[in-house]
Amino acid sequence: MSGVLVLGEIDRDGVRPGTAELIGAGRALCEQGAGPLAVALLAADAGSHTATVNLAGVEEIVVVPTPTERFEPHVAEVALEALVEARKPAVVLAGHTVDSLGFAPAVAARGGHGFASDAIGLQWRDGGLVARRGAYGDKLAVELDFPEKETVLVLLREGAFAPGEGGGGATISQLDLDLAAAPRSEQVELREAPSGDVDITEADLLLSIGRGIDDEERIPELQELAARMGATLSASRPLVDAGWVSAARQVGQSGKTVTPKVYLALGISGAVQHVAGMSKAKTIIAVNSDPEAPIFAIAQYGAVADLFEVAAELQQQFG
Amino acid sequence: MKILVPVKHAARLDGEPAFDGPAAVDSDALEWQLNEWDAFSLEAAQLLAEDEEGSEVLVATVGDEEAEESLMACLAKGADRAVRVWDPALAGADALAIASVLAALARRESPDLILAGVQSSDAANAATGVALAGLLDLPRVAVVREIQRDGDGLTVARELEGGAAEVVKVSMPALLTIQTGINEPRYATLRAIKMARSKPSEELGLADLGLDAAAVAAAAGSRTLALAAPERGEGAAMLAGSPAEIAARIAEIVREGVRA
Repeated sequence: MSGVLVLGEIDRDGVRPGTAELIGAGRALCEQGAGPLAVALLAADAGSHTATVNLAGVEEIVVVPTPTERFEPHVAEVALEALVEARKPAVVLAGHTVDSLGFAPAVAARGGHGFASDAIGLQWRDGGLVARRGAYGDKLAVELDFPEKETVLVLLREGAFAPGEGGGGATISQLDLDLAAAPRSEQVELREAPSGDVDITEADLLLSIGRGIDDEERIPELQELAARMGATLSASRPLVDAGWVSAARQVGQSGKTVTPKVYLALGISGAVQHVAGMSKAKTIIAVNSDPEAPIFAIAQYGAVADLFEVAAELQQQFG
Repeated sequence: MKILVPVKHAARLDGEPAFDGPAAVDSDALEWQLNEWDAFSLEAAQLLAEDEEGSEVLVATVGDEEAEESLMACLAKGADRAVRVWDPALAGADALAIASVLAALARRESPDLILAGVQSSDAANAATGVALAGLLDLPRVAVVREIQRDGDGLTVARELEGGAAEVVKVSMPALLTIQTGINEPRYATLRAIKMARSKPSEELGLADLGLDAAAVAAAAGSRTLALAAPERGEGAAMLAGSPAEIAARIAEIVREGVRA
């Protein structure tokens, strides 16, 4: 049981950017003594993506051709089980992404492996892995270890680890598995994201509203404020789920990733899924009534206040 | 159709955390309620059950007596039956340990469909449902935001990043993890809240499911070493004063930031 196996993620646009972060995190573990670093690629055309993941520190790239063009969770499950069986890695790293969530916990449970998801820190300590993750809406941080586990499968939060870089000299191998019978779901349709009437990714100034707005009737005054400020209105998931704001305006993992000059967040607590979509805004200002709201950890400016009172005063400022 | 809906009595931390030893939060610092995601999975189950006569919606939780409150909330919303599994050995159990208990329960109940929340609001592992599917060797779809009955199977839309979706077909029995916003969870009427206590409800120990403390410990995927307030770097510069003063300062920062 040694070494780190990174499970590269390939989607419709090729290798996901998060894969370089997995490799960066894996390399750091290897430098701390976890053993050699390998990257596995599962896809119908996995062999054509090896150059992208041949980064510094990668010793081997294992290509696993799959029978389906698209990602299929049951195929990934069988393939990862076979990879773990064949390589016996001490650590497997994959992304905490919608695709991984469809198979990684199943592999861990069936195999009796160690498991942690949404990890934001990793360390190789005294011959074993220690992972750090959030708890209670990221208000606390937990440290986990994995006693008596020969293999530990960890899903890493995107954006939490520095990406690997540089050129590697990996050897490339192929693992041929009989996966023909593995798919257990059949694609009917692929739906693109709703485009709507607005492109929040183009805005310099976003006025973004969240769960703190607990009444649909308060939305118009915030729309008016956005108009006065010259801002585009965006929102976090709960308001989109409630149908108060259109899906095209949703910021976050399941919405859009935005990088405005200024992001003014009113009543947004800063759940991981939201932060994933806005943490790279140049200036973040957060107004929230909860002084412990995680958004204050990533904002440059914060105010603990009633958002409607501040909004009313902002109307005056931009009157 | 028999639908199993695993639910969690989830904790919310308000204000300053208080600790109970190095690896646990003082439960008095927590507020508890039905996990947000589970209201949506329960509603999805009820909608499917209402379309087929003779269906049953069974809610189950792994939790101590306090978790009765969430089970009662589910019965009041319209679930037909509730099961609570508990043993002191389950305190602090992680997602894989909980999945092993739910798997034993599911083997006893043989549901046609399991609808679990994508994640819990407190631990946010997003793992219990799919781990359960793995243990039961069920086809599964994670992060589902639309469900349609399709003959003997289901056609469902799963969420992709960036607002896209993939529509897939699966056969039953199956397990889906349900995303918030898939439906509008109903509220319980006062009458239904009163009636909830008379619905069938069962308490099981580990032995009733052929499990013991050692089996649950072996199923766990991790051990909590430490729990603490996170390192937060610099954090935000806090703007103090009246709402008017805060707004004036925000206006300045906005104007400056947009010009830059």
